[in-house]
Amino acid sequence: MVTTLDVAHIKADFPILGREINGKQLVYLDSAASSQRPTAVIEAMDRVYEEQYANVHRGVYTLAEETTASFEAARARLARYLHAPSPSEIVFAKNVTEAINLVAYAWGRANLSEGDAIVLTLMEHHANVVPWLMLAEERGVELRWIPLTADYRLDLSNLDVLLDGARLVAVTGMSNVLGTINDIRALADAAHAAGALILVDAAQVAPHDEIDVGAWDADFVGVTAHKMLGPTGIGALWARAELLDAMPPFLGGGEMISDVRVDGFVPNEIPWKFEAGTPPIAEAMGWHAAIDYLEYVGLDAVQHHERELTEYALRALEERFEGRLHVYGPTTTDDRGGVISFGFDGIHAHDISQVLDDDAVCVRAGHHCAKPLMRTLGVAATTRASLYLYNERSDVDALVDSLVTAEKFFAL
Amino acid sequence: MPGLEDLYREIILDHYRAPRNRGVLPVPPANKHEGFNPLCGDEVLVYLQLGDDGTVEDIKIDGQGCSISQASSSMMSAAVKGKPSDEARRLIRAFKALMSIHESKLDGEQASGEDLEAELAGVQLGDLEALQGVVKFPVRIKCATLAWNTLQQGLDEVAPVT
Repeated sequence: MVTTLDVAHIKADFPILGREINGKQLVYLDSAASSQRPTAVIEAMDRVYEEQYANVHRGVYTLAEETTASFEAARARLARYLHAPSPSEIVFAKNVTEAINLVAYAWGRANLSEGDAIVLTLMEHHANVVPWLMLAEERGVELRWIPLTADYRLDLSNLDVLLDGARLVAVTGMSNVLGTINDIRALADAAHAAGALILVDAAQVAPHDEIDVGAWDADFVGVTAHKMLGPTGIGALWARAELLDAMPPFLGGGEMISDVRVDGFVPNEIPWKFEAGTPPIAEAMGWHAAIDYLEYVGLDAVQHHERELTEYALRALEERFEGRLHVYGPTTTDDRGGVISFGFDGIHAHDISQVLDDDAVCVRAGHHCAKPLMRTLGVAATTRASLYLYNERSDVDALVDSLVTAEKFFAL
Repeated sequence: MPGLEDLYREIILDHYRAPRNRGVLPVPPANKHEGFNPLCGDEVLVYLQLGDDGTVEDIKIDGQGCSISQASSSMMSAAVKGKPSDEARRLIRAFKALMSIHESKLDGEQASGEDLEAELAGVQLGDLEALQGVVKFPVRIKCATLAWNTLQQGLDEVAPVT
């Protein structure tokens, strides 16, 4: 029995959602770009600066020890959310982009050379494309691309050929444009059978569901706080301990060493080996509070709510605009999240977004940092509405009403 | 807050719905110049055919973009077609000056009125003045200037100022 979300109550936890823009109530439909955050997260971070702040892993005084303990408790909290065997497998990074770059530099440059192949998909975010393009340029590594089916899912019919000679499969858990949720376990099994590792960009998965890195049988997983009610500036790489142990350090500096002499250094143990410099401390505590909030609300209830709302939105768009509006993504909610990209024939996404802004409806317009995908779809830009736990039917209704205005405005 | 009517003037919507000089020119004798807006993925293609004396004998616009970039490129093509390239350059400077008023204000500077007047002196912007409303929407300025920057780049390549 899944409990129903009390969305009005949840909305009240997010002060920014009470804001008006242009005299109208804010309708926030851009959580796939960055979510908003509840009072619990904002207060947790205030509390750090007001009551319990010092640098971590340095001082021996009480305040420093307390702060270090809270910082490491945040790491342990995230490890539990990801079902990671140990907090030592959680490396804090700036975001998923930095987490993937860490793998590309530290693991990629130590392990890959000309003749090796990396398998990507045509629905990847630039964060999971450009680091590999850079590695390909530098090392002559071959990049191969899993294509899409007509219903916006991965076309795995040729996977065996693509995996032959591959060392890594790097794939998104859920497309930030299409909403498609990929079967990571199946891809992991195929990758491992071919002798390759698998990296998962879980930026769009973690906001809506606990992750079980063991059930996925993943090797590397990147997550970021700001899309899951937490602050900006902090994300994490999870990787199996033996992989992290074998990888050379990425950034050099304080914290990541156990000894430094004038002629060399000894790196610290994992995970600190990969955490050079003072980390985002209050942000770690904010992320901890965000995960607590998500689990307090209940992730089953969040998913149930989002699924119901996504169905409502897909139906409303189809009924109101029929064939004039095209949804780029699966039309049912099976293995699909609440990210809805769409376009009108002859009306540019920027123009739609501009009219929507007049009604205080916030959506994303553009290429969504996924230009290989946009080229595959044959469009320069789409408009994207993304749903989260604090959205309700009235937000979708406001979107549809505003789209009616936009369509009239730009009618040829 | 500025309203939609500040941005989408009727003349802009007219150029968007019925773009002038839309299409391609054979290369050669024309030259093709590409411009990209990395923010939104918009792409403009400017086909430019200059006479021996540097006159813009023909110009065509292709590519995809929003109403502001489409209208701006349409107006630009109409404004420079048949004009000597140095006059086209003056028009580019004047138009970009028009678009930079807001940017310089954002930078905390006073809009340098004298410079602007100097750029605009003797230049007839005509319909192009309808695009002035774009400066109230800072993220859309790049949409309006994309075609102009591409034309500038094209002129610099094909008809460098000696």
